[in-house]
Amino acid sequence: MIKDYFILSTKNLRRRGVRSWLTLLGIFIGITAVIALISLGDGLKLAVNSQFGVSSTQLITVQAGGLSGYGPPGSFVVNPLTKEDAEAISRLSTVELAIPRRIETLNLEFNNKLQVIAAGSVPIDNTQEVYELQEISAQYGRLLNKDDVGKVVLGNNFVDSKKSGFDKEIMPGASVTINERKFRVIGIMEKKGSFILDGAILMLEPDLKNLMDNGDKASIIIVKIKNKDLMAKAQTEIEDLMRERRDVKKGEEDFEVSTPEAMLATVNQILTGVQMFIVLIATIAIIIGTIGIVNTMMTSVMERRKEIGIMKAIGARNSDIFLQFFIEAGMLGLIGGLVGVIAGVGIGYLGTLGINYFIGSETAPSINFILIFATLIGSFIIGAIAGITPAMKAARQNPVEVLRS
Amino acid sequence: MIKNLKNKKLKEVIHLHDVDKFYHMGESLVKAVNKMNISIKEGDFVAIMGQSGSGKSTSMNLVGSLDIPTHGKIYLDEKDTSNFTESDLAQLRGKKIGFIFQQFNLIPNLTALENVMLPMLFQNVEEYERKQRAKEILMLVKLEHRINHYPGQLSGGEQQRVAIARALANDPEIILADEPTGNLDSKTGEIVMKFLNKLNEEGKTIVMVTHDKNLALEHAKEIYWLRDGRVEKITRKIGNEWRKISNCHTSK
Repeated sequence: MIKDYFILSTKNLRRRGVRSWLTLLGIFIGITAVIALISLGDGLKLAVNSQFGVSSTQLITVQAGGLSGYGPPGSFVVNPLTKEDAEAISRLSTVELAIPRRIETLNLEFNNKLQVIAAGSVPIDNTQEVYELQEISAQYGRLLNKDDVGKVVLGNNFVDSKKSGFDKEIMPGASVTINERKFRVIGIMEKKGSFILDGAILMLEPDLKNLMDNGDKASIIIVKIKNKDLMAKAQTEIEDLMRERRDVKKGEEDFEVSTPEAMLATVNQILTGVQMFIVLIATIAIIIGTIGIVNTMMTSVMERRKEIGIMKAIGARNSDIFLQFFIEAGMLGLIGGLVGVIAGVGIGYLGTLGINYFIGSETAPSINFILIFATLIGSFIIGAIAGITPAMKAARQNPVEVLRS
Repeated sequence: MIKNLKNKKLKEVIHLHDVDKFYHMGESLVKAVNKMNISIKEGDFVAIMGQSGSGKSTSMNLVGSLDIPTHGKIYLDEKDTSNFTESDLAQLRGKKIGFIFQQFNLIPNLTALENVMLPMLFQNVEEYERKQRAKEILMLVKLEHRINHYPGQLSGGEQQRVAIARALANDPEIILADEPTGNLDSKTGEIVMKFLNKLNEEGKTIVMVTHDKNLALEHAKEIYWLRDGRVEKITRKIGNEWRKISNCHTSK
């Protein structure tokens, strides 16, 4: 019986084609927006997360200043970190290693072209630890070890002549000029899908220090904790130490101690916040769409009063009439939701591909089936709820009055 | 379906007992129907006749249990309808009475076949059975080639035949026809009336509401003459003559 009403309502909706589509518009737009934005947001989160790429749970980073958006960590800072800071941290009880690294921007010349590239230092001691902690490995050639003065390792982008911007691929054995000094490339890193590493230069610390000629500053200190359970304690210890060394009060720090998870959490928070805000607006669109359904159904009831009277005459109960209109309203919601889901998924898919193109990430577009399924059921329910009042009105029609010729 | 009329006491399929139907029109009270008594026996062909304003439309609604009386009682299938819930009454009505309207009143966006299937849907009949039966009935009214047409694609006479088929869908005991030939030309009207007579011969009870005296005299066996909301007289065809009889029926 219910099945028959579904078929009946589809017929009725088809008959009033244009009006049905116009009614759907509100719901359709709202749902497209919700699905598209959630998909895009999820895709963006995944892409951004992959940029950080660090999954180590024993790693803490310390840098001066806050998490600035401009340039590599440690740039534009008044009071930079130093090698001595790193040494002091390494003496803490929870800390196994504290390795200072410099990150600077350099001019790289190759094939008669010049570009500004970020370079990270590799310390003479603890070279392997740095590679482990930052998950660096070589695809071609090999990585630097402590004797490799005058040599560099480049990120994966440099293998692609177009992507690197040099119009020629750079492979191990090639010679490049950095800040007017010659260096030999001995390795290319594995692709990380993150612009931080794929487009960067690695060189030994003494080399970088010579190029920059500005003392023993440290752009960033990476700290390996003895045991991941000590993470919280370590973070506190390091913060206390740094506050003392830099003579700042609590709450007035001019440095940042963070775990990668914390950094990601901040970014994710922001992204989620934006997602939620836009979803809120989309929800308003859905509410308006629902009102549209109520309106259309009310009109429909009034127009079909005679039909209702006829059906009552031939044996339809009030509940039969109610169900018919109730289901019809639900169908309106469902169809709007279906079209919205298709459009929203499509936009989310294309959007994620776009993000990949711009950031250089390789996120697979996520299709959240639970979200889709929940949305479809939700849109039917929204439609049905919108239909309650009109359906009740329909059921209350007095056959005698409406059949009066 | 031919009943043995001689020995059985005939069932009263519909009985209106001292029924009033009053409306409030602004401040005045309109007495559409006043102290009306109607008794329809099984297998009979009754015409309820009157001009406009006589209360015949209201009577039809009451006889068909579409309306409830202000005072008095209506018995359908010998059951007191004042005790029924709306839902049960709709079900009983759908089972016992088939309606035929002057303006056909088919559902416009359903095909002829679907229109005839509709009453059975409300009686919870399975789809396959509904379809089969609907096809059979449409064959009866000689519309087997038009079953997938929409009412808008059918002539007046064809639409009325679909309406008749729909009225027969649940094989009801009673057919209630409101001016069945009102919107038809005389030739088509004749065909419809012939069909109603045939149904009556096969044992169905026919109640016809009309303003057309000649139609009533030609086809009905008993006529209720209405005026100003009351039954003025009741006449019955005995042999070839029409005799006036009182309100109290004696069983035959």
